[in-house]
Order: sequence, then structure tokens, then C-alpha cells
Amino acid sequence: MPTIIVEVMPKAEILDPQGKAVAGALTRLGKTGYAGVRIGKRFEVSVDGPVTDEVLAEVRELANDIFSNSVIEDVVSITVDDAADGPAGETH
Amino acid sequence: MRIGVITFPGSLDDRDAQRAVRLAGAEPVALWHGDHDLQKVDAVVLPGGFSYGDYLRAGAIASHAPIMAEVIDAANRGVPVLGICNGFQMLAEARLVPGAHTRNSHQQFIRRDQKLTVENVSTAWTGEFEQGEEIVIPLKNADGRFVADEQTIARIEGEGQVVFRYAEVNPNGSINDIAGVSNERGNVVGLMPHPEHATEPGFGPDTPLAMRSGIDGLRFFTSAISALVAR
Repeated sequence: MPTIIVEVMPKAEILDPQGKAVAGALTRLGKTGYAGVRIGKRFEVSVDGPVTDEVLAEVRELANDIFSNSVIEDVVSITVDDAADGPAGETH
Repeated sequence: MRIGVITFPGSLDDRDAQRAVRLAGAEPVALWHGDHDLQKVDAVVLPGGFSYGDYLRAGAIASHAPIMAEVIDAANRGVPVLGICNGFQMLAEARLVPGAHTRNSHQQFIRRDQKLTVENVSTAWTGEFEQGEEIVIPLKNADGRFVADEQTIARIEGEGQVVFRYAEVNPNGSINDIAGVSNERGNVVGLMPHPEHATEPGFGPDTPLAMRSGIDGLRFFTSAISALVAR
């Protein structure tokens, strides 16, 4: 079943307390050399049928309207993982 | 006077909000998220809680509930709408008020009796306060940090849409200590702290007069009733 992968990140200027907490943990573990960590979300949307342009357009709409909130987040990538052909990795 | 309180899956404070409406002198009407019916109420309260477990983003899934179509329509007609905590997050997700919410800057859930400054007394929910008045009502949230881009902050500060500001302590890292905002028209107000938990002597925050005697939250509801009567 083909899957559309949507990745959402907090906007660069928005404080990401979770990422900051993880970065703090790395420092405490002695893992130096990392300037920061930011945590986002990955949505795997399984498509019932082929990924047509219409489906992709609709998922793009969903990504902007529901999966993310444009006040605080950016949709950073929408890719199609067509299981039959292996990961396509095509970015739209 | 009938004020509706909408219950969503995961609402916690809907019964308290109904009780606050009754104590203020109006008739509370229980509304259901899955209906397309506001039952002709005169005003609407979106209560606090953790609708849909705060999955996706706090208030995000509830903001697409069936009844929200009617709430958005009513808000645009000028019907008073109050969003408390999770209800504020729903209003922001539905774009009925500006801004959005993220995790508290300190990453912790916080519960405290919170002092607020009333910044705008011309909204449908704040008419019975004094400009600049300090009030104390409970606050309890994990995702309470109000954020918006610089232009939006400048605009709402300039237009008087910042209705409440945290005083003394900023409990969650909100920009400009913003605790509550309104839409341009002033009929829709959202805030993180909980007025409905400070409406009855014996059950509110402590005051210098007596333990748990704080009822500063009651005037949110009486303000709305007065605003509706004055129409």
C-alpha cells in the first residue's frame, strides 16, 4: 500500500522546549559537538489505491490545514513511499 | 438568558462551566460536539480539558468537530464566545482568535492561582471589570505558551486584542505575558486560566479576606449576560 509521508517541524523562531530538553540531556551525557536538537512530527498516510495527482493535492491541503498549524509549524516535506517500488523519496 | 457549554471527548471542566453560568444568573445549556445544533443559545463557552488527549496539537482535532461549524458561524455573527484553556486552544486552531499555543517553556504542567491584569474591558466577557484591574483565578495547563509572529503581536497589542496579561509571574513563557486575547470585534475571547473555577465562595482561590473566597471569575459570565441584555 503506497504511503505519503508528511514531515512537520516547529518554525525556526519558535522555541522548541522538547528539543531543548533533549539537547540538555546530550550535554549531560558528555556528547559534545552538537549545537542543538529540534523535534518535529512525521505523518505516514496510507493511501487506499494509487497515489494520483488529486490524492497528492488533497494530502498537501491536509498537511497545511490539519497536520500542521502555520502559526507555529512548517510542512518541510511531502514524499511518496510506494511500497511496491521501494522508497521513492520524491519530494513534492 | 441561555449560555451553551460544549462537551467534547476529553472535556473536563464543562460541568464547572455550566455551574458558573448558573451562579451568574443564566441558564446553562449542555451542547454536544457531534451535533450541528447550538439550540439557539445566546452565548457559547468552550470549556477546558484535554479534548482528544491533546493529540496532534492541543485543541486541533476538536476545532474540526461538527458543532464548530455552527460556533464559527455564530462567532462571525457577533454571538459572545468564551474559550477557556483547551477552549482557547480550539479558538486559536479554528482561527477565531489570533496566535497559537505550544508546550510551556519549562516543559512542565503547571497549576497555580494566577494573578492577571485586565487589559481590555470592552469585550463581551470583560465589561464588568475595571481597566487595569488585577484579578486572581486558577491556571492549569501544559500547552499554555501563547505565541504569534511579530506582526501579529504588534497588531493585537495595537488593536487592544490583548485582553488579559499574566501579572507578577509568567507561568508558561507566553509572549508579552499574554494570557488571553479576543477577535477584532471583541465578542470572542480566549484565555488559558479558568474563570469558572473562581465563581463560588469556598471553592475559589485564597484571598486576603478568607481561604478559597476568590470569585473573580464570576464577572466573566455576568459581563456576558449584561452585554446581551444591553443589546
